[in-house]
Amino acid sequence: MNDKSYSRYSFMVIGGLTCLLWIYPFYLVIVNSFKTRGEIFTSPLNLPIDATLANYPVAFARLDFIQSFFNSTIVTAGSIALIVFCTSMAAYALSRRPSKTSSMIYFIFAILMLVPFQSIMIPLIAIFGKVDMLNRTGLAIMYLGLGSSLAIFLYFGALRGIPKALDEAAIMDGCNRFQVYWYIMFPMLKSTTVTVIVLNAIWFWNDYLLPSLVINRAGMHTIPLRTFYFFGEYSRQWNLALAGLVLAIIPIIILYMFLQKYIIKGISDGSVK
Amino acid sequence: MKFKKSTYWLFLLPCLLAITFVIIVPFVQGIYYSLTDYNGFQISSFVGFDNYRRLFTDQNFLNSLRFTAGFSIASIIGINVIGLAFALLVTQKSNKVSTVFRTIYFMPNLIGGIILGFIWQFIFIRAFDGLAQLTGWGIFNDWLASTRTGFWGLVILFVWQMSGYIMVIYISFLNNVPKELLEASTIDGANAWQRFRHVKFPLIAPAFTISLFLTLSNAFKVYDQNMALTGGGPFGSTEMVTMNIYNSAFMTREMGYAQAKAVIFLIVVATISVIQIYFTRKREVDL
Repeated sequence: MNDKSYSRYSFMVIGGLTCLLWIYPFYLVIVNSFKTRGEIFTSPLNLPIDATLANYPVAFARLDFIQSFFNSTIVTAGSIALIVFCTSMAAYALSRRPSKTSSMIYFIFAILMLVPFQSIMIPLIAIFGKVDMLNRTGLAIMYLGLGSSLAIFLYFGALRGIPKALDEAAIMDGCNRFQVYWYIMFPMLKSTTVTVIVLNAIWFWNDYLLPSLVINRAGMHTIPLRTFYFFGEYSRQWNLALAGLVLAIIPIIILYMFLQKYIIKGISDGSVK
Repeated sequence: MKFKKSTYWLFLLPCLLAITFVIIVPFVQGIYYSLTDYNGFQISSFVGFDNYRRLFTDQNFLNSLRFTAGFSIASIIGINVIGLAFALLVTQKSNKVSTVFRTIYFMPNLIGGIILGFIWQFIFIRAFDGLAQLTGWGIFNDWLASTRTGFWGLVILFVWQMSGYIMVIYISFLNNVPKELLEASTIDGANAWQRFRHVKFPLIAPAFTISLFLTLSNAFKVYDQNMALTGGGPFGSTEMVTMNIYNSAFMTREMGYAQAKAVIFLIVVATISVIQIYFTRKREVDL
């Protein structure tokens, strides 16, 4: 009895304190974003004396927030659609035609996972530059190339659990391969698709280095790119810089609140399987 | 009901094309570039292994390798100790509170390295300054202004970011530990530490291999956080390998030389990953 209440007590205390420590950086950034420049300088740890919203409209405008948000959404959604569609189809073909060729292709995808992006970055940019593909379409294709291995593994694993008799029955009924894939397999792969979307959404939405090399043009900037330049310009004006950071974080946190269960499951499935 | 050959290739085509033009061709081209004096526009001469020879006397590059290795080791220890501790904590109870804990620990991991770097720049510069005034402790002064504090700043940022991620991996293994086993050990009189050491620990061994190497390869590839937090400063002393490669490629425009660094980087990262796979497999057999 005593032991049990003691364990509950320590669970709450240790958990509570570490959580406070973990969100303290966010707390500081948010609290200070409501202060004036001078107050951040004199008392960064206190609550604002008179809180002001004045930093937000300025940061919103300088971040070109609506445009950046739109750009990020386009890049992320477009790249995800491409990767989900192409890799599930490829994994379907690999899983339903077991042969030496299929094993070989699977092996190539596995090997390519070992290649870190920075080791091919220079020629990649040179090649895509030559064919005039340093744009959003080019970026989506790069993401497909860089992300297909993991997505194919995940889909392949899930497809192994779906009996081939199902394909055969559908083909008997007059479906062609694409119809089998699209109307029968793809809906059955829903939970894997969620995993693939989660893993890639976090990556694409937050990515800085690759977009900075590919779509680094005014009007095309995603949120991380825009934040980077904004911060460079205003790093002496912490009040504006912090309001900008809060704006950049808000969309992610809101999404996380709603999709928390899927996100954690996606991460867990993606790294363990 | 055979899968027709033409359909098979059609289904595979988009992915095969993508990996060919995004990874395979650049990879081969990269090896060629590393043997030339490519500057981003043209190649005027083939220099053989000169770029590679130069690497081993380039103090900046060697420093960045050492810095990255040190950063990786410190981060791996921090991330795995904290990640495992969090996982053990939140699997104690399965209720609303433990879900809230889990959600909070994981949160930094969703935010991009650039933004995390800026958040911590504020913490280390302004908030630490406030802490120094408050406590009068010199330890909070001038963070990010020296190599040592820049190093620990990066480690703290990365541990904060990645611990929640590694926690999720440990949780999924801990959830697979059979309840009866734990109950039996409790009845036999095992305390919390003994239950961890003799029951949970052996059963989650594969999670260690996954987590250790996942953190290792992630730590090696860090760029955004480095860029946003210290920018490599002071005087390039906190520059990691990826930033060193980037700078010689896009700042000084020695692309051929930068690519030679990139090839060495590839060899290091790939070797780490192969060792990981080897150990993971071996462990699976043992179990």
